[in-house]
Amino acid sequence: MSLLQIDNLTVEFETSTGWFRAVDGVSVSVDKAEVLAIVGESGSGKSVSMLAVMGLLPDTAKITADRMLFEGKDIQSLSGTERRKLIGKDIAMIFQEPIASLNPCFTVGFQIEEVLRIHLGLGKKERRARAIELFKQVGLPNPEERMNAFPHQMSGGQCQRVMIAIAIACNPKLLIADEPTTALDVTIQKQILDLIMDLQARTGMGLIMITHDMGVVAETADRVVVQYKGRKMEEADVLSLFENPKSNYTKALLAALPENATGDRLTTVSAFFDGNPEPAPSAGASAAGAFA
Amino acid sequence: MSDVKTTDTMLEVRDIKRDYELPGGFMKPKKTLHAVKGVSFSLERGKTLAIVGESGCGKSTLARMITFIDEPTSGELIIDGKKMDTRPGHLTSEMRQKVQIIFQNPYGSLNPRQKIGDVLGEPLAINTDMSANDRRDRATEMLIKVGLGPEHYNRYPHMFSGGQRQRIAIARALMMNPKLLVLDEPVSALDLSVQAQVLNLLADLQDEFNLTYVFISHDLSVVRYIADEVMVMYFGEAVEYGTRDEVFSNPKHEYTQTLFKATPKADVESIRARIAAKKAASAA
Repeated sequence: MSLLQIDNLTVEFETSTGWFRAVDGVSVSVDKAEVLAIVGESGSGKSVSMLAVMGLLPDTAKITADRMLFEGKDIQSLSGTERRKLIGKDIAMIFQEPIASLNPCFTVGFQIEEVLRIHLGLGKKERRARAIELFKQVGLPNPEERMNAFPHQMSGGQCQRVMIAIAIACNPKLLIADEPTTALDVTIQKQILDLIMDLQARTGMGLIMITHDMGVVAETADRVVVQYKGRKMEEADVLSLFENPKSNYTKALLAALPENATGDRLTTVSAFFDGNPEPAPSAGASAAGAFA
Repeated sequence: MSDVKTTDTMLEVRDIKRDYELPGGFMKPKKTLHAVKGVSFSLERGKTLAIVGESGCGKSTLARMITFIDEPTSGELIIDGKKMDTRPGHLTSEMRQKVQIIFQNPYGSLNPRQKIGDVLGEPLAINTDMSANDRRDRATEMLIKVGLGPEHYNRYPHMFSGGQRQRIAIARALMMNPKLLVLDEPVSALDLSVQAQVLNLLADLQDEFNLTYVFISHDLSVVRYIADEVMVMYFGEAVEYGTRDEVFSNPKHEYTQTLFKATPKADVESIRARIAAKKAASAA
């Protein structure tokens, strides 16, 4: 049984010009201890589909799916209270902007203890001890002192470490990392990716890595889903994706990497198709024409 | 423009420094922050120098000094064979025309209430006595050159995508026929496929106008693709400086080596090695 299984997920937003389909019939599944990368450019629906799983989309979004199962339980039929018990505890998420995703009005210590209080019901002393232990685990220097620091007193990399500590506080079974290193420097990116991968390997949690960076995919993923304009273009294990990409879009993405440049100009995506790639056969071609 | 020799020096920077005074408070002395601590380099006409470093290393401060936005604390700036007098009030419009800058965020660098035609016409209106009609023609011409169309002339910035906005920013920088273009992370806010298009455009323009680029970036794969020379900055100092091949094949400074090691590798061999290592670890 997969840890998370989503079949034929569609997310639509109401706009002044009608319904806009951000995610169009995407199916994704993750197993225990597996690292799945969802890669795509902005507007490909990679974040929206995971926000739908977390239940973090606004009420204006219309979410439909044939199935949305977490450990065999249907997430869609959960009430708000039940769902809140699940997210943040068994499914946790790390966001792109570490400084913006922490509350500037509270110390980071308060924010991590809040999770421990609500989900695990720990007492005051236990909470503090566990929070310091978590800060140590994610490699924050001087964890005791850091408990009283506000987000603005820390660097972007340190804030991301705090976010990771909060996310893993309740030993989640599934961690969703939404572009966790995009706002960070290369050297810090390496540290954060190493940290996430190390935690994943030690705890055996499932990991969904959402990214636009093929380098990050190559360094982390077991299996990869490529999305474009809300549709799944390709799904493959990481080696065959890079070695032998099936869909034209994946080929175009790989060719656009500067390190794959041949000659003195880069190959652009439009050289492969004019904005209308054929979807992979498994991606549910029934909804074709939604973007025409 | 094509008759100039490609061996002459377009930009020379000698021991340039920039300090910022941080205000003190009650019982707290003033502090001086050395943002750029004496950087020197020279760059030939028509070539690209890439400046690499992480946030806070002084690379953008250096860009601001080369484009006269910031005044250097000390050091010399020689552009096109002439020593620049960077004191406020001593800059001529001729000097300003030679150097232009393109910023990182195409969403922040365009005035949302200004039409694209006006964005492009403004440098001409300020610096030349061209008639409005001529300005319009020049702006339309430039729009076509950067891959947009005449129909975009009357539109506002919010009607464009990130890649199109960066094209507009490039067009605006080129309106005064500059010789030196400073690009401060011009593609880091763009998607991969759009990044490729903009990099190609920059390469085309460099060939056509014999432009000299100072290209600031933190993305080593982009740098490797576009640069002739590479300078690595770390805490306000240039720790490594040389041709692209020298720096990439034989990085000398410890920080450069760390940087190279930290860059994700997307080639098949590295993936294979990683998967093998993971299998071995889980078997053990």
